[in-house]
Amino acid sequence: MSQDTAQTIGGPIGRILAMPNDSQTKTIVVALALCLVCSIIVAAAAVGLRPLQEANKALDKQRYILSVAGLDISGNIQATFDQSIETRLVDLASGDYVEEMDAAGYDQRKAAKDPQQNLTLSSDVDIASIKARAKIASIYLVKNGDTITRVILPVHGYGLWSTLYGFLAIEPDGNSVYGLKFYDHAETPGLGGEVDNPKWQAKWNGKQLFDANGKQALNVLKGNVSPDSKFFQHEIDGLAGATLTSRGVSNLVRFWTGANGFGPYLTKFKNGGA
Amino acid sequence: MSKSTARQVLFDPLINTNPITLQILGICSALAVTTTLAAALIMSLALTSVTAFSNLSISMIRNHIPSSIRIIVQMTIIASLVIVVDQILKAYVYEISKQMSVFVGLIITNCIVLGRAEAFAMKNPPMLSFIDGIGNGLGYSLILIVVGIFRELLGSGSLLGYEILPLVNNGGWYEPAGIMLLPPSAFFLIGLFIWGVRTFKKDQLEEPDFNIHDPNHEEAK
Repeated sequence: MSQDTAQTIGGPIGRILAMPNDSQTKTIVVALALCLVCSIIVAAAAVGLRPLQEANKALDKQRYILSVAGLDISGNIQATFDQSIETRLVDLASGDYVEEMDAAGYDQRKAAKDPQQNLTLSSDVDIASIKARAKIASIYLVKNGDTITRVILPVHGYGLWSTLYGFLAIEPDGNSVYGLKFYDHAETPGLGGEVDNPKWQAKWNGKQLFDANGKQALNVLKGNVSPDSKFFQHEIDGLAGATLTSRGVSNLVRFWTGANGFGPYLTKFKNGGA
Repeated sequence: MSKSTARQVLFDPLINTNPITLQILGICSALAVTTTLAAALIMSLALTSVTAFSNLSISMIRNHIPSSIRIIVQMTIIASLVIVVDQILKAYVYEISKQMSVFVGLIITNCIVLGRAEAFAMKNPPMLSFIDGIGNGLGYSLILIVVGIFRELLGSGSLLGYEILPLVNNGGWYEPAGIMLLPPSAFFLIGLFIWGVRTFKKDQLEEPDFNIHDPNHEEAK
């Protein structure tokens, strides 16, 4: 559309288009019209594509659960998930399973924000800096036939820039870590973002959450673990250049395996009773 | 600006006026997203479509953009397009969009997009601007793809995820060059590429801005 055609358009739009470009009215009108058009386009894209994005997110979460459980993720994710993972809900305070709610439809992240369903954490217990947690949490039991081979706990907490959301896989003894993976975070790529590095994740395998007296002992160090450290079973190398992210990860694992997290459940799980 | 034909506008940016090698624009994302060829391809596609459509829409309203707010107008259009592209990537290629994380959003600040909008789309008709956007996007893509091929092949021994050079870890013979997975390697590769292009296209050579004084070669006052 050039200025010549603009003059042939009648009515108020034509009058505005015919104004000199730098007049105040035209500047304001152009700015407003542009914002309106752009926001409609952006909103349409965001709303129109949301169902697809949600489906992708759900599938991605399942893929992470399978991979942290050490299961095959090359085939059909949904099928493998349905076959070998059982989703259950746990009342965090008592550590008992909740039977009367639908586990598949439960959204723990949403519940953590709902005053009806969450528990506000006071600053002395809130070491993961999450402010509030849902009263009921989803857990994922990895099954081989009828035997439970591992349990996967959703964990989250604050790193340097962002909340890290991940899964912690624990062996049936309720103490040994099988693996830890984060599926959502926005830490600095190359520094804190190295929480995604498979080599670092492999270091978690076999570490012990609790010491012989049942006290929490797991710790992400600053620097490397010395092989003859007497806490070798509980210590994990920190990420180079990412002290705050490492500390955040350490804290969030301690929080979620502690008394205000899955502590009561883990005790029952270990005894096979939960 | 002399009259340019659609053909020139489309093909010149590939080598002659390549936005990365000649104008040295858009280096940041070229370092960040070229560790794998797949990411480089998606990024190329995203940037090309954003440049083309921002050029098109800016050119369509160019006679009505008040010059006092023209950069803001351009940025608003570019930002909206980038958000749309980001949403589409999240909906259709979720894995790759996660891998590219912030770099899709950072297309907004990619100098190529705003540079073309300001230098070309503000002065040329819509179709020609659209083609110019595609041309410059392709010029950027060319470099990204070449760098992506080198980095993935030498860094991980594969292309698009298919194993080409069997790695020592998997019982093969190729010891991967770890540096290829780090951002500096893209710097070296782009540097070599610029060197290569300027060896063949002498007119791209730049005169040094400043010569260090040489005492053995005393000049007459």
